Amino acid sequence: MRKELQKYFRNDKLPHIWCPGCGHGIITGAVVRAIDNLKLNQSKVCIVSGIGCSSRAPGYMNFNTLHTTHGRALAFATGIKMANPDLKILVLTGDGDCSAIGGNHFIHAARRNIDITTIVFNNSIYGMTGGQYSPMTPKAAFATTAPYGNIDRNFDLCKLAQSAGATYVARGTVFHVPQLIKLIEKALKHKGFSLLDVVDICPTYFGRRNKMSSPIAMMNKIREMSVTVRSASKMSEEELSGKIVIGEFHEERVPEYTEEYAKVIEKAQGGN
Amino acid sequence: MSKKIILMQGNEACVEGALAAGMRFFAGYPITPSTEIAEISAEKLPKLGGKFIQMEDEIASMGAIIGASLTGFKSMTATSGPGFSLKQENIGFACLAEIPCVVVNVQRGGPSTGLPTLPAQGDVMQTRWGTHGDHPIIVISPSSVREVYDMTIRAFNLSEKYRVPCILLMDEVVAHMREKVELPEQSSIDIINRKYLNPSMSVYKPYMDYDGDGIPPMMNFGDGLPYHVTGLIHDISGFPSTNADVSKDLLNRLMSKIYNNLDDILEYENIYTEDAETVIVSFGSTARSVHRAVYLLRQEGFKVGMLRLKTIWPFAHKAIKKLKQTPVRNLLVAEMNFGQLLETVKASAEGAFRTYGLNKYNGELITPQEVINKVREVAKHA
Repeated sequence: MRKELQKYFRNDKLPHIWCPGCGHGIITGAVVRAIDNLKLNQSKVCIVSGIGCSSRAPGYMNFNTLHTTHGRALAFATGIKMANPDLKILVLTGDGDCSAIGGNHFIHAARRNIDITTIVFNNSIYGMTGGQYSPMTPKAAFATTAPYGNIDRNFDLCKLAQSAGATYVARGTVFHVPQLIKLIEKALKHKGFSLLDVVDICPTYFGRRNKMSSPIAMMNKIREMSVTVRSASKMSEEELSGKIVIGEFHEERVPEYTEEYAKVIEKAQGGN
Repeated sequence: MSKKIILMQGNEACVEGALAAGMRFFAGYPITPSTEIAEISAEKLPKLGGKFIQMEDEIASMGAIIGASLTGFKSMTATSGPGFSLKQENIGFACLAEIPCVVVNVQRGGPSTGLPTLPAQGDVMQTRWGTHGDHPIIVISPSSVREVYDMTIRAFNLSEKYRVPCILLMDEVVAHMREKVELPEQSSIDIINRKYLNPSMSVYKPYMDYDGDGIPPMMNFGDGLPYHVTGLIHDISGFPSTNADVSKDLLNRLMSKIYNNLDDILEYENIYTEDAETVIVSFGSTARSVHRAVYLLRQEGFKVGMLRLKTIWPFAHKAIKKLKQTPVRNLLVAEMNFGQLLETVKASAEGAFRTYGLNKYNGELITPQEVINKVREVAKHA
């Protein structure tokens, strides 16, 4: 690790709890690199998480950090941001935490366009509890609770976020790290609700059950399957089947929620 | 100074009390019969520069007030039975992470959707044990509109002082009735704010008992020193630990910060209990009927009194203990439920009194006449 990045970690809390080959450390590293590149004021950054492997990341990161209840990170984060809009808020969440138990908070935070950057550590599985299928597990994949293959259809988190009202939506992967850092920077600079879906790997629980126990094989699969938004736009639906489309999907300027509430305060006080 | 007397609804008095106590953040979700608290907060908070947000559900509104409290805002949410059930997970978070916040539960008939517009007192046990695991909590219950005002202030004070969620346990009748009230001058109100760490410290351990009173001082997110808050069992630095001594010490401190301060936390009212043979234990709107019944029974010569609990949890065992030094032989517990408080009163009585329940759970108030009839029946047994 670069020496100038040390200050962003709680080095006495390391090593982390993640399995060998897990992609969560790559995303955590990309987050602090993006924060460093943007020179954000460390004491004004607040990182909120829910429950699961990925939600342990804030514990290692030297900021105001809040490890909340399962799926609820965005609800707590909304309270923090509403109360103190000067804070820069990141929510680090897993695919189960965000899209299953936290699904309601996710769509409503997006709808409000509150200035929170949500980064989903999307490894398509519940890792902390030992490999159950999540709303992001692909159809036909195996999991401990899908021993005959998963019959659920999975979400496209980026489409979900965009249709719910998120004003910055992008997808990166743990293989394409320089791009991931750039996308996180863009998301952090964006005023409003930003969603970054990060395709991640869980060799221990997803890989082993799906004949990809080597992290390298899983990384190679991400490389093989990834296509850029630009290339994807020229491909047929058939050609896109099974592909991971990466890059920026959506960006728009829409009034941000806490700024809109500041106007409510102005109106209420003017009415006195 | 001219007295300002106003006609006010219980839910309105709750918001007025909260604002007087310093509430500047409210997150809620519409639910009968507490909705007016959200509506009035939405109108009044921005006038004072405070913040109101209607969240997507009850779970989220509980999460939001905890988040806001971590930035230093005095925060509140209000709900009723079904919503109170949904808030339990995050109430537990606030208990363990020691985040001050006030949760108003305007009780209605249950279980489930139950009787949304009618009063009940069926959440007595849920306020104590609704969230999982051993945890401290303070629950207080008002009987009049003026008391709603005072107790909402007290709820904030207790919550801030002890870093614990405080539940204001109302019922539909107290919340919706209108009474003439005279509110105190703001300058005459005692306000307690949470303890903050001396800012000159270079390292902040968020759960270190710096003052030896079991209540660690707080620091706001964004005030400078970074720190970690988790719903996992944690050590004094705030980080997760599975060490047996760390777990035991934390739970012991969480409990003792409340149970070492019962003289400050417990409030109750004794009416005609000195020479009473029968004492009626009650709280909330039920206590209004009991009070009337005691007055009428005394005129008939019945030696009857009332113990009105203002603090429901922790339970005021000392109030029951004190009655053991009086001629009291019968305890009658009047409540709009199947007898939730009765069991605790029985345990506290330790066989020193005959205990009876007066219970009603059909969405109607217990009337003074029903109390009178029950006291006469109890007197016959004696």
